[in-house]
This record gives sequence, C-alpha cells and structure tokens, in this order.
Amino acid sequence: MAGRRAWPAVAYEVGREKLREYTAVTGETSSLCLDRRVAHAAGYRDLVAPPMFTVVYSAPAIGPAVVDPEVGIDLARMVHGSQRFEWGEPVCAGDEITTSATLDEVRERSLLSFYVFSTVSVNQHGTEVCRGVWTNIVRGS
Amino acid sequence: MTDDPRNEAAMGDEPRNPTASFDPRAPTAGATLPTLRVTPDRYLPHRYAGASGDFNPIHLDREFALSVGLPSTILHGLYSMALVARAHTEATGDPTRLRSLSVQFRGMGVPEQEIEVTGSISAVEDDVAVTAAEARQGETRIIRNAEGRLGRRVQ
Repeated sequence: MAGRRAWPAVAYEVGREKLREYTAVTGETSSLCLDRRVAHAAGYRDLVAPPMFTVVYSAPAIGPAVVDPEVGIDLARMVHGSQRFEWGEPVCAGDEITTSATLDEVRERSLLSFYVFSTVSVNQHGTEVCRGVWTNIVRGS
Repeated sequence: MTDDPRNEAAMGDEPRNPTASFDPRAPTAGATLPTLRVTPDRYLPHRYAGASGDFNPIHLDREFALSVGLPSTILHGLYSMALVARAHTEATGDPTRLRSLSVQFRGMGVPEQEIEVTGSISAVEDDVAVTAAEARQGETRIIRNAEGRLGRRVQ
C-alpha cells in the first residue's frame, strides 16, 4: 500500500487559444473569460481563466501521480469520487502555473480503496492560484 | 462590482418573489441560484477530452466502457463540475468570486440528456455566501452535496 508520496512540480503556460477551447466546451458566458478588451478594462492583464480551468493546468502534475505504477491504482476499476478546489489569485492568459501533487492518504472501506491526492498551484510570482483535493475510488477485486 | 444585466434578466424571469433569487450584491440565506440547464451533445465528451487532456476511454469509447462494466460511456465528472461552477459564477456575473467548490460524483452522467444545476445559499458568513447545489439528469443526481463559497470580487 502506498504511503504519503510527492512528485516533482510541473509548469504549464496558459495560452489564449487553449482558454478559448476550454470556455467553448464548458459553455462559459463570462465576458472576462471571452473578451480580452473586457478583461483589460476590468484591470486584468489578459483573458481571465474560469476557475475550473484548473483541471487543465493541474493535469500535467496530477495525471502522472494517478497513473504512477508505484501507487498501483487499477485504472479500469477507478472512478472519480469527489473533488474540491479552492481558488486564490485569478489566472490569466500569459501566466505560467506550476503545480505539485502529493498522495496524502489511502484508506480502505469494505471493497473500496480511497486514494486522496492534493495539488497546489502557484503562478509565475509564486502566488497561490489553486489548491485541489482529488479523491479517486478503486473497486476491489 | 459590475452589474451584470443577466442577473437582472434572470431575476425578472422567475415567476416568484424576486427577493428569493440570489442577489450577488447582498446574498441572503435561502436565496436560490438561477437554474442552469445544459444538454451535452453526442460529441461533447470528445471535445471536452481535447480541452482538458482527459482521454480516459470510459468517456469516449462505448465498447471499452461496456468492457469495464459500465452501461455506456459516461460524462467526465469534472465537466459536470464545471457546469456547477458556471451556475455559481453566472449568478454573480464574475468568475473570480468563486472561492471554493467541493462536490461528490454519483450516478453516471450521459451525453444527449439535459443536465440541470440547482443551488441555493445555505449561509452567509462574513462576506462569504456558502452554497448547496447539485446537478441532475432526470431523476439521477450526477453531482451531489456540492458546496461553494462566493466571496467579494477579487481586485
């Protein structure tokens, strides 16, 4: 069974077209996220990322952690159980976000195993933009 | 904060006492968030996979989904969570006001069926409005026990 474990931090450069791809698929309506002129007029440096864009910049950090063979999750039996995000400084296009992931806890209850990962993401100034707690549930054999 | 005309329109459209609708300028416990309704089309999971980087075949490949015991392909949970987040940020007109959101994933979301996100303010603590929300497809709750925190506008 895996104990506490940490992985190296991974950087992600936030781009306008990727933001547009994400806002289009989620149906985002906020003009701060869709129109650079509105974002600038509101005092932001560029297009504002919707809060759930965190799944995009966190992916390079959390992905390898979840599939790490030393953690040993059977992906075919894994489902996403619950999720929590806390947001700090807004993220804008042009930011570089660095995320580090840790495995905090593995607990078992009857035939289920709960894997709890957390991530911390900071921007290019070292300011925290997001913390995540990712709980995956693996059905036992 | 900037008054978002959509907030006025949403409150005007509700056939009930307007003070029961969430007022982002002065949130009160019991106020409801405008209901968000979205029907993901057949290929939304493919576009969401591209946008998010999550190509888990349980969302994309029916044969694979069946082979691991699912009744069909299922929606990405984080896509449904993005809709819950949207219901919150559209209620305030400002995506930077969502300070936190936690959800439980239950049931299995599917494409081509309407998702309905509903929520209300459960408490107001200092300047933070705490919400309770959920996402349903028909009788199935695909996100339950969602709790959000809406704060003042950042910067």
